[in-house]
Amino acid sequence: MTLTKADIAKKIADDCGFMKGEATEIVEKLLDIIKQRLIAGEDVMISGFGKWTVKSKHSRRGRNPQTGEELILDARKVVTWKYSPVLKKAVNSSLSK
Amino acid sequence: MNKSDLVKMLAKEMDLPMRKAEEIVDMVFRTMSAALVTGSRIEIRGFGSFVIKKYEGYTGRNPKTGEKIEVRTKYLPFFKTGKELRERLNG
Repeated sequence: MTLTKADIAKKIADDCGFMKGEATEIVEKLLDIIKQRLIAGEDVMISGFGKWTVKSKHSRRGRNPQTGEELILDARKVVTWKYSPVLKKAVNSSLSK
Repeated sequence: MNKSDLVKMLAKEMDLPMRKAEEIVDMVFRTMSAALVTGSRIEIRGFGSFVIKKYEGYTGRNPKTGEKIEVRTKYLPFFKTGKELRERLNG
C-alpha cells in the first residue's frame, strides 16, 4: 500500500469539511510552505512526526562506478529527515507484533 | 520552522481560521504517521517519499564482558528527497 497526495487530500476533505478541490489546494500549499523553508536553508520540525534538516555537502572527487572515470562532484545541499521518537515507537509497537 | 509556524503560514496563505489550519496540519501528519505505522509507504511527487526499513534482530555480544545480548528486530522510517525538491535546493 502507498499513501499519496490525493489520499491525504481526500482525508482532509472528508474529516475537515472541505470540497475535494479545496482540500487538494490546501495540501499543495502546506507542502509548498515546507519546501520553501527547506530551499531557504531552514530546518522544519513537526513534533510527533519528525524533522527535516538541510545539510551542505562539500564538493568532492568521485568516480563513475560504471566507467571508473574520475569526476568532481559539486558542493550541494541535501535534505535529511529524522523520525520523531514518538513515531519510531508507534511504528515498532505496531509492526513488531 | 515548527508546527505552529506552519499552522500560521497556512492560515495566512489560504485565508483560513487558525483553528481550522491547525486541525488540517494535525490531520495531515496524523494521516502520514498512520500509514507508516501500518508499514505503508508514502509517495508525494515533487516532495519525497517515506518507507519503513526493517532491521533484522541478531545476537550480539558486549565486547567488554563477552555477555550475549539479543538485539531485537526493529523498523525505522526513512525519507528520500523528491526530484523537484532536490533540484530546487541547488537551483
